[in-house]
Amino acid sequence: MSDETNKGLLSPLRRKLLMGMAAVPAITMLPRASFAQTPATSAVNTTGLAVTDTEVTVGILHSATGTMAISETGSIEAEKLAIEQINAMGGVLGRKIKFIQEDGASDWPTFAEKAKKLLVNDKVAAIMGCWTSASRKAVLPVMEQYNGMLYYPTFYEGLEQSKNVIYTGQEATQQILAGLNWIAKEKGAKSFFFIGSDYIWPRTSNKIARKHVENVLKGKVVGEEYYPLGNTQFNSVINKIKLTKPDVIFTDVVGGSNVAFYKQLKAAGIDLSKQALLTISVTEDEIDGIGGENIAGAYACMKYFQSLDNPNNKTFVPAFKKLWGEKTVIGDVTQAAYLGPWLWKLTVEKAGSFDVDKIAAASPGVEFKGAPEGYVRIHENHHLWSKTRVGRAKLDGQFELIYETADLVEPDPFPKGYQ
Amino acid sequence: MFGDYSLGDLGSIFVMQGFAGLILFSVYVLMALGLAIIFGQMGVINMAHGEFMILGAYVTWMTSNLFQTYLPNLFSGYFFLAMILAFVASGALGMLVEWVLIRHLYKRPLDTLLATWGLSLMLQQAYRSVFGAREVGVELPQWMLGSLHVTDSIEVPINGVFVMCLTVLITVCVAYVMYKSRWGRQVRAVVQNRIMAGAVGINTEKVDRYTFGLGCGIAGVAGSAFTMIGSTGPTSGQLYIVDTFLVVVFGGAASLLGTIASAFSISQTQSTLEFFLSGSMAKVLTLLAVVGILMLRPQGLFALKVRK
Repeated sequence: MSDETNKGLLSPLRRKLLMGMAAVPAITMLPRASFAQTPATSAVNTTGLAVTDTEVTVGILHSATGTMAISETGSIEAEKLAIEQINAMGGVLGRKIKFIQEDGASDWPTFAEKAKKLLVNDKVAAIMGCWTSASRKAVLPVMEQYNGMLYYPTFYEGLEQSKNVIYTGQEATQQILAGLNWIAKEKGAKSFFFIGSDYIWPRTSNKIARKHVENVLKGKVVGEEYYPLGNTQFNSVINKIKLTKPDVIFTDVVGGSNVAFYKQLKAAGIDLSKQALLTISVTEDEIDGIGGENIAGAYACMKYFQSLDNPNNKTFVPAFKKLWGEKTVIGDVTQAAYLGPWLWKLTVEKAGSFDVDKIAAASPGVEFKGAPEGYVRIHENHHLWSKTRVGRAKLDGQFELIYETADLVEPDPFPKGYQ
Repeated sequence: MFGDYSLGDLGSIFVMQGFAGLILFSVYVLMALGLAIIFGQMGVINMAHGEFMILGAYVTWMTSNLFQTYLPNLFSGYFFLAMILAFVASGALGMLVEWVLIRHLYKRPLDTLLATWGLSLMLQQAYRSVFGAREVGVELPQWMLGSLHVTDSIEVPINGVFVMCLTVLITVCVAYVMYKSRWGRQVRAVVQNRIMAGAVGINTEKVDRYTFGLGCGIAGVAGSAFTMIGSTGPTSGQLYIVDTFLVVVFGGAASLLGTIASAFSISQTQSTLEFFLSGSMAKVLTLLAVVGILMLRPQGLFALKVRK
């Protein structure tokens, strides 16, 4: 990612911006009749949001700096692409979307502060944002207090549901269970070794996975290990894996540790084409840093892969690359972030209003047929119905789709029997 | 926990675990050597040590890209050139930083903590602006991947062996330079008494600059080597900084031998505990042990006898 691509990132946007500014005088000169289909602002905005006759403002709130910038950059890019595409189609209720981007700087109190700024000062109609659970937990009280609407893209541990949040990623059971079922059936796997980073998401996910392995699959968990975030030495645990010889290594290691883990696994002579490994924390984005040669053969359990072969994805991937550079890759969360602006647009149109209460009420049942992952629908609990897929990592850093659930999997953020 | 396993299995695991400990030891020594010079010898609390390492990693990444594009035939050997370039780049940046920032702070060692912390933030953002926020993958030549197959159950990681050899080589070089060469004597003289050293004709400014440059250069080589085992991103340097200070402080700041002894004891404790407990618990217990020992011996394992 040289500065060359960076320029590539900026210039189309800047061009769009200039074009947009040039268009402003033209819009004011248009005859009033052209607004005939556009509902009056007073009717669609009764709560004083930043909605004018021609524009509606939303917020983008991610970390552009700090540790999490590695992961959140893709989400920012996807959301901007979606907004641009929606505007090209005429916007929402006849209004172009304008976005205000704030930087959470990988710092959770900053996230809360910026969210408050977006809601109170800028009066944004919705916020696309947050990535880690910690940032979402920091922002949640603000969203509820000032009645905002957050579209949250990351797969996460579940155990949460709010009127003011739409979760466009998978909650834990959606992500894990189908994958475990598949690998148990396909590989006849009976023994599992869990290894994760030491914080809430891996611990909750592994808890659910353990219950499923022991109670449903009647298998055995032969090891469950956690390493501090940022740990770079995994040789001891790799030895333990060698000693216990599990059928499947199940991992949710994140961040820089991820890279270290796979490099050392490879160096220790564990051949992922023979040793089954199922991960729920590696997307195409992470493979960029890990290196395809270090992880080829591993299985990942996600809902989206860049290589998905469907008409929506075939237009989405080139559009993304055109805007953000040929070398960019699109991971699961990036795709989920792309859904945010679209779901919001569809919900606003269904509700016929930008008011947050009406959007929250109208959300359940909203369908998006153009999603790159395929059809999705919002559930009563504000999570998405979506398919679970298993992909196999290839040398070139892409995944090959191996398995997908036949039907959409119901989101279940408070799974009974798994807590 | 061993009841279920055969004697052969156990034997090979102990061998492998021994190697794991040795590799961890080499990694600790390698990352701490640069800081042992800068913090130990010069008294500068260099919070930007990790960022100097990552500069080395980025240099390695760029070299690997250059070789892939222009000299694909020589790709298998690019790593050696990359390490030299990493040393030069980090060393040069170190000397620049010393000239601009550090030399004004020798009389206020605690302020170097803040200054270099700020520097580390600036460098992180610079890497992010130049190389992008995402991690980069450094491609290694084929011979450096995988493991040496000793027996069916004993496999030795090649990159681990490589890091071990590199560590021995650099440690010997540093020990020679610091304790046998004329320049090393000057460095130690300046550390012990800056004014007297100047009075007897040592160019203290020059010694300071080169010493700082050497420390940063070694950090660069370490960063280059760690592309084999870890990640390369704008903030990856943060992964190493705590362990690095831990090793140097525990060893006794001013002693090279202390650094090695402390790296050895910490790595062996950690690696053994990791095997019997979980990763996080191992870390907690190791840190507790270090804190306990430092309470009894605040000067660290090995202390230089100086008149205060």
